[in-house]
Amino acid sequence: MTDETQQIHEVIDRVIRPEQVHRDVYTSPGIFRLEMRHLFPNCWVYVGHESQTPNPGDYITAQIGDQPLLQVRHSDGEIKVLYNRCPHKGTKIVIDKAGNTGKFFRCPYHAWSFKTDGCLLAIPLKKGYQGTGLEGTEAAKGLAAVGAWHNYRGFIFARLAREGIGFDDFFGDSLSSLDNMVDRSPVGSLTVAGAPLRYMHRCNWKMLVENQTDTCHPMVAHESSAGTAVKIWESMDKTEDTPTPPAMEIIAPFMSPYEFFENMGIRTWPNGHGHTGVHHSIHSDYSAIPGYFESMTEAYGEDRAREILGENRHNTVYFPNIMIKGPIQQLRNFIPLAADKTLVESWIFRLDGAPDQLVARTAMYNRMINAPTSMVGHDDLEMYERAQEGLMADGLEWVNIQRLYEEGEDLSQEAVLNGTTERQMRNQFDAWKRFIIGGVA
Amino acid sequence: MKPGEITDFVHDEAWMLDQGQYHDWLELWLPDAIYWMPLNWNQQDPINETSLLYEDNFMLRLRVERLHGARTFSQKPKSRCHHVLNRPRIEEISDDEARVVTQMHYIETRLDEQMLLALTVRHHLKRVEDRIMIAGKRVDILNCDAAFGNIQLLP
Repeated sequence: MTDETQQIHEVIDRVIRPEQVHRDVYTSPGIFRLEMRHLFPNCWVYVGHESQTPNPGDYITAQIGDQPLLQVRHSDGEIKVLYNRCPHKGTKIVIDKAGNTGKFFRCPYHAWSFKTDGCLLAIPLKKGYQGTGLEGTEAAKGLAAVGAWHNYRGFIFARLAREGIGFDDFFGDSLSSLDNMVDRSPVGSLTVAGAPLRYMHRCNWKMLVENQTDTCHPMVAHESSAGTAVKIWESMDKTEDTPTPPAMEIIAPFMSPYEFFENMGIRTWPNGHGHTGVHHSIHSDYSAIPGYFESMTEAYGEDRAREILGENRHNTVYFPNIMIKGPIQQLRNFIPLAADKTLVESWIFRLDGAPDQLVARTAMYNRMINAPTSMVGHDDLEMYERAQEGLMADGLEWVNIQRLYEEGEDLSQEAVLNGTTERQMRNQFDAWKRFIIGGVA
Repeated sequence: MKPGEITDFVHDEAWMLDQGQYHDWLELWLPDAIYWMPLNWNQQDPINETSLLYEDNFMLRLRVERLHGARTFSQKPKSRCHHVLNRPRIEEISDDEARVVTQMHYIETRLDEQMLLALTVRHHLKRVEDRIMIAGKRVDILNCDAAFGNIQLLP
């Protein structure tokens, strides 16, 4: 072990215990740098969806950790994931969120141009490099590609590191949640619908990821929205024919009692992945959309259609930093910007071949729950930012993640437990520690 | 409708919001009116894409009741807001209906933070009996696609 490796081992061992973590994991810029250099590059991280780049030359800008990337559809129809950095002087090749570059990228600074697979195409006044040995430099190789990428049923993931764990080994059986989301389309494909919500949080990215399987907060933090919705509805003059407001279907289930969340169950998979809602969830009782079940039955047969739609998984966390909701086709990306700053992008998808009402309900969920203007989001952000500030208190330095902890817990095995366990948070920190150390070993 | 009563209405509505007279404000809305705040510049579809707000009477009432709730943690302490209006431009006017667009600067503050948003506000107004009421309101934020922190009151 080098001195640096030894130091990193010591830091990680100091801050992680099985049932509690030191506040430095949320507040320390040094640990944030370790995450950027050693955690994110060694994991498979979400980049974008193939429907964002349907035609050759289409690109989007994205990032993994603090690394600027672009996803582009090459002329051969394949999607590539490249670093968004001119190999000449470092200029970002594109800065808009999405566009079409035609047959090649052209750097706006000195007009070096690159094919859409990144290869160097041309340099103006190239004779100036004759005899300089340019061909032996990394600049001559063009736009650098990331270590590896994989298109899983339309979802593009990348691993920055050249060597490391394979896609299938990293995700294992957790891919069943993504499968279920895609299978809900009668033709088995999704399309991004509209722009994402972009919501800035002055807190550490891991607080957001942990909150996805925190089933003991909704009835407390969201009483002001969900509890008030229930009260208004109860107080209204209504008959049997009064339609239930959409807000009741979407927001009111957040007030479900502890017992509901205990019984819904949590499943964890190795490598930090897991989901709430094994048996039922807050998405279970959504009203049926006319014609949808019929088109699913036609596509899959009745038994399989019932099996697909019978899954009501609530939040599935894909370590390190996304969450998907299969039943409503939503993906939230928790993008780390600093130890105390996180950009949350909330994307929604249309189920190809399904009625419009489904994407309408998904859009409604997104704006009611996850917008910067959302009454539910307001109280979540308030909690995260209070925690980020409160963690600076020196009287106590540890954050507790002990609920339903058992000594000797084996996180390398899939498990299904009481829905209020914090095992998934422990599972994330187990993966966090292993992938940081794996990245420096 | 007369131009003067339309421009007075737009100013009075903003004043109610700035003064926190939310229950009076709710009385301005027709039962099927929608408050729409797009997420994207020139967004056309409020239903099948995400918006910042697309709220019916029930949601607006929930918003107002929540602001007054005992356990509304993100409003402890409360936010304050302030609208500055340009002269409203009346685009359509008839005896009992009008469409008017107003440029506004909106300031929202809480604790040590203050935020400024530039707005284009479109009102669809209808006369019902002797009152002018809101049949629809669309608020476009100049930087609607930027990453915001909490926007807690009503721009």
